[in-house]
Amino acid sequence: MKPFEIVETPIDTQKYTDYVLHAGAGAVTVFTGHVREWTHGVRTLYLAYEAYVPMAEKKLAEIGAEMEAKWPGVKVAIAHRIGEMHISDIAVVIAVSSPHRKAAYEANEYAIERIKEVVPIWKKEIWEDGEEWIGGQRKYPEGGGQQ
Amino acid sequence: MITVHYFARLRELAGKAEETIDQKSMTVSELLDWAEETYPGFGKDTVHVAVNEEYALKEDVIQSGDVCAFIPPVSGG
Repeated sequence: MKPFEIVETPIDTQKYTDYVLHAGAGAVTVFTGHVREWTHGVRTLYLAYEAYVPMAEKKLAEIGAEMEAKWPGVKVAIAHRIGEMHISDIAVVIAVSSPHRKAAYEANEYAIERIKEVVPIWKKEIWEDGEEWIGGQRKYPEGGGQQ
Repeated sequence: MITVHYFARLRELAGKAEETIDQKSMTVSELLDWAEETYPGFGKDTVHVAVNEEYALKEDVIQSGDVCAFIPPVSGG
């Protein structure tokens, strides 16, 4: 495994937990993002994720570096899966270890927020009666700005 | 030649994942104008451009040999 990676197969969270664990770690937070069946009353059958893989891995590593600068002593591993995923599958895992609890929680939340801002990964929801790429690119008025 | 990559909605719109443009140099802004003209509905105002895997500004200059990617709003996580 790489500590910051895009994968095409099911995510084994234990690998990432083991990677961040060390003798100085007093806390480990592991966040997993899962495929959700219902979004705003619409039932999803499955999701299809795609990524600009080399840039996505680079951006994940940059997020890790940002976290280590903001919360000294944290150790980070992040993996995001692409391809088709079904309900309850793990799309993303973020493992953070820290000497103390608070930083582990805070840094982990920071990571998911930054992933949603800067990492080139896209999600398509496939419903019973249609499909759509998610992320704000829908239904812009002519010449309109973003959201 | 400038290489461009398409993803997600833009890949479906362009009908391809990548292509090359026969240009020696152009600005990011010019590249977006080209894309909008070539693929109506591209939505250039909502699309970022990465040059050699780094987000670029509208006035940045792309040179022959660079690898560009159109980045529609991301939705990972």
